[in-house]
Amino acid sequence: MTKTTRRQTLQLFTAGAFLGLAPGMLSTPARAEGKRIAMVVKNLGNSYFDACAKGATEAATEVGGFEIIYTASTKATAEEQIAVIDALIAQKVDGIIVSANDADALVPVGKKAMERGIKVISFDSAIGQEGRIMHLNASSTPLIGAKQVQMIAKTLGGKGEVAILSAASTMTNQNSWIEAMKEEWKKPEYKDMPLVATVYGDDQDDKSYREMQGLAKAYPNLKGVISPTTIGIRSGAKAIIDGGLVGKVFITGLGLPSEMKDAVLKGACDSFAIWNPVDYGYSSTQIMINILNGAEAGAGSVVKMGRMGETKIGDDGQAAMGDPFTFDKSNVEEFAKIF
Amino acid sequence: MNKVPRQDVADAAPRSLSDRLLRWESILVVMLVAVIVGNTAISPYFLDIYNLSDATYNFSEKAIVALAMALLILVRDIDLSVAAIIALASLAIGLAAQAGAGLPVLLLIGPLVGAACGAFNGFLVTRIALPAIVVTIGTMSLYRGLAQVVLGDKAITQYPKDLAAIGQSYLIKWPPLPYSFVIFLGLAAIFAVVLHKTAFGRKLYAIGNNPVAARFSGIPVERIRFMLFVLTGTLAGLAAVLLTARIGSTRPNIALGWELEIITAVILGGVSIAGGSGTIPGVVLAVFILGLATFGLSLVNVPGIVISVLLGLLLIFSIAMPIVVRRLMKSRAT
Repeated sequence: MTKTTRRQTLQLFTAGAFLGLAPGMLSTPARAEGKRIAMVVKNLGNSYFDACAKGATEAATEVGGFEIIYTASTKATAEEQIAVIDALIAQKVDGIIVSANDADALVPVGKKAMERGIKVISFDSAIGQEGRIMHLNASSTPLIGAKQVQMIAKTLGGKGEVAILSAASTMTNQNSWIEAMKEEWKKPEYKDMPLVATVYGDDQDDKSYREMQGLAKAYPNLKGVISPTTIGIRSGAKAIIDGGLVGKVFITGLGLPSEMKDAVLKGACDSFAIWNPVDYGYSSTQIMINILNGAEAGAGSVVKMGRMGETKIGDDGQAAMGDPFTFDKSNVEEFAKIF
Repeated sequence: MNKVPRQDVADAAPRSLSDRLLRWESILVVMLVAVIVGNTAISPYFLDIYNLSDATYNFSEKAIVALAMALLILVRDIDLSVAAIIALASLAIGLAAQAGAGLPVLLLIGPLVGAACGAFNGFLVTRIALPAIVVTIGTMSLYRGLAQVVLGDKAITQYPKDLAAIGQSYLIKWPPLPYSFVIFLGLAAIFAVVLHKTAFGRKLYAIGNNPVAARFSGIPVERIRFMLFVLTGTLAGLAAVLLTARIGSTRPNIALGWELEIITAVILGGVSIAGGSGTIPGVVLAVFILGLATFGLSLVNVPGIVISVLLGLLLIFSIAMPIVVRRLMKSRAT
């Protein structure tokens, strides 16, 4: 990212220097050959998405002839993300891979891109079905939801109050995972492990930290917290450690090994899960490259994901990359070095 | 002592060539030309009629609110709640759509809710005599809070097709002009005529320069200020209609942070934050400068965070430059 920025700053300065010559440059030739794929994420400065972008670059390098544009809006709102995609359409990129801030609001702009011959797929957080060709889930929603409930049940021995610390109430993936958790929760083995609250930390460290403190105060018998967001789980774990709650309250959910290493070693977190975001960005990009090379990606077809194998697209236009992967004391240090 | 009145209110704008060249609007024109030339140089996709037309989608709604905000700042008031009004008005449109209301109702309810919100702001500011900045910081939380309470973690996404057509298609096919952009241009023309060619417009300058003197001159200062709050709310409601129609979705975080972008355009347009000076052409130019600069930078994929930084620097530079130049000239004169 820094590299691109520097190049673009340079371009800006060059632009300033050429102000006088500009009329002669009006007929700038189109970009060099090689196809461009844009990866539009929810927000920049998020290590999870940075890892996805790393995977995207890996796939592009592996195949060759593709350039990755990694970008996002300043604020994680739909209208800002639409403006970013509008600019990509204007540049006539060849493919756009999106993690949507709002499934419905992005449908019109997705349609517009496809009308102009740009291939659109979504990953991480889906665009509504009419606004994209297909959506790649990291795993399947039921598996992710069930996994997190199973992890906390294992830690607590199936007994004690549990709360959910989510990101924002507007995020598609957060809500569908919470739905899936509640579905798993209906099973009889969790009858002694009630869900007492769902709170939102808006994917901000300070707010998630305060929400975690609030949960501990409001529910003195709280034993476990599930946070299906990397920012929520790391801030929640920090609040547990800072508040002297280690051993009393355990957090689990979806986290990054590099950020959760300390929490696991200190005992605030017994186990957590995630898919490998590098693999995720890699697989999404592989699918996009195959689509650009003419592969069929409609419902029922099978798409290839390079070293990650292949996946079948369901009737809803969605496919899954694989199962979530569990991290605990035994392997977190090893993976912390990777992402 | 070189103390001079803060504003000299002449009968007519100065007409000499040097005055014209040194006017803020002239500097803005130069900046706009620089933005256009610069963008053309860095991206081959900038000077494309369809791309430019699409770019207007992303700033027209804010630009509409900026027109009313300019008048409000001109009379020394401010409204920080405009983005929250957009959220609340969008919610009203969404609820009406869920109840099965037809297009005319959906188009009217936004401005009506906006007007009501603006009237509440205006009431608190003019009747209870509270500072506008304090009142609207409060109502900013209040209006968006109401939307959050009603929506919770849900979103309203079912809007009729004819509403979506207004937000997503062109009003005029060639040159391709979206509804929101045409409405902005029309309103800008009306605002310019009213502010610069009518007695009402002169009254606004009088209030901005000296509200007490304006009151003693028989100008109904409080009533006009109240009207301007209602007007700002109404246009925020109109912006809500256009935005909701465009993105077809109402969420609590809709239009988050727009108030600062709108005020940025007004200030860059040369409207003094202390009141009493500024023009509509200036604000229109500033809207284009900010909108096209943002679009041009996104065309070369400059990250949004960096764009914010650059626009912030542009604002500070453009506000500071005339003051520094004036000071230098003054110190040379003495």
